[in-house]
Amino acid sequence: MIQKTFGKFTKWNVLKILIVREIDDLILGSLGIISFISFFVGGVVAIQTAINTDNPLLPGYLVGFATRQSIILEFAPTFISIIMAGKVGSFITSSLGTMRVTEQIDALEVMGVNTYNYLIFPKIAALTLYPFLISISMALGIFGGYLACISGGFSSHADFVEGLQLDFKTFHIVYAFIKTFLFAMLLATIPSYHGYFMKGGALDVGKASTTSFVWTSVAIIIANSIVTNLLLT
Amino acid sequence: MIQINNLIKSFEETQVLKGISTIFEKGKTNLIIGQSGSGKTVFLKCVLGLFEATDGDIVFDNTSLKSMDLKTRALLRQDIGMVFQGSALFDSMTVEENIMFPMKMFTDADEDEIRDRANTAINRVNLIDANHKMPSEISGGMKKRVAIARAIIMNPKYLFCDEPNSGLDPRTAILIDNLIQEITQEYAITTVINTHDMNSVMEIGEKIVFLENGLKQWEGTNREIFKTDNEAVTKFVYSSEMFKKIREIYIKESN
Repeated sequence: MIQKTFGKFTKWNVLKILIVREIDDLILGSLGIISFISFFVGGVVAIQTAINTDNPLLPGYLVGFATRQSIILEFAPTFISIIMAGKVGSFITSSLGTMRVTEQIDALEVMGVNTYNYLIFPKIAALTLYPFLISISMALGIFGGYLACISGGFSSHADFVEGLQLDFKTFHIVYAFIKTFLFAMLLATIPSYHGYFMKGGALDVGKASTTSFVWTSVAIIIANSIVTNLLLT
Repeated sequence: MIQINNLIKSFEETQVLKGISTIFEKGKTNLIIGQSGSGKTVFLKCVLGLFEATDGDIVFDNTSLKSMDLKTRALLRQDIGMVFQGSALFDSMTVEENIMFPMKMFTDADEDEIRDRANTAINRVNLIDANHKMPSEISGGMKKRVAIARAIIMNPKYLFCDEPNSGLDPRTAILIDNLIQEITQEYAITTVINTHDMNSVMEIGEKIVFLENGLKQWEGTNREIFKTDNEAVTKFVYSSEMFKKIREIYIKESN
């Protein structure tokens, strides 16, 4: 499938419109939900950390430090990707599956269109912008944590900011974006596979979407474990 | 003209097409009929190149499909128009965009020229005030017209239709049948129609191929089908009392 996706390219005039449409659907269309979840989960992570580390012997900057590490290393890249497997993955599988069921893919093939390139490549191209979404998630998650701590009186501004800056390693950001990019490719290809090769009718579109969500989530968790072992240990 | 030579198609152990040979002539509406499971769809998909034949050959105007490389096959596909059973319109595009799609994909014509050609096709299939509607907003009959317009916009040499009037009311079904026949004659296209509809058989069957269990049982015209004594054909075509009566009247009148 991947080989055919990068073989015989669709005319650029047509392809660029498809890529822009996919960026709109997959990236910009996810901005709202990702911002919402990141902001509030960031807040909850900070509050939980503050409540569980209220021993006076522990330094005040710990809340900011723990929030930063949790959001950048795991929450934004991995857990947002699992949420996206549900949102974006299901969308990709159901849209391709519906095209298969209604013979739209057959119609493209009869015309001589490389359906892999026409349908799947724009999704892969659009999801190369996925790290942009994750960087917004990181920023909003930390900001949500900051606001929750300050407004709830769990930490002072100075302590939280000190924690954010403490022992900052640029490689952690690089690591987060390496795995984000890998997850983006999994988000584009696994749901596409389940949708493109779907067999059956309308009910099977729903089943394929569920299967695709499960397998994409499993793949993300396994990839996360492998990448973390390779890059951080 | 499309010539089919001893076409065989198997799926693992099951032989679905068991050596079919026939000729579909240019400017004629050629119909493939037969019961469900007789191999009609597999036959059509083999001719279209969606399924690779196990054995035998398909010759498009003296060029064998077997001898074609991938590039030639891709070019051949641009000479093929297809009307699917469910119309298969792209539901993210308007009616006009659906019709313009093949030209946008395969020609370097500018937007105005493509729009002109699309409007010619739209007028030809008598679609009124539908250009900017989405496929979900139009009726089944209109969808078929859009599918036909999309199929003819590239001036194809070959037109394939899979059950073009299924799900349509009898009046619209006849209009669609007649439209396909007119377009076939007007543009001198080789048209192959897969159908169950006996009205289509009687109305536009300039050549009829009857399939049963993957074998060609009979072929002839819509006039000859009245006179045939082939048991398989008569069982299938004259299964209803009405068609039996029509047949009796036709035979009586022609005698």
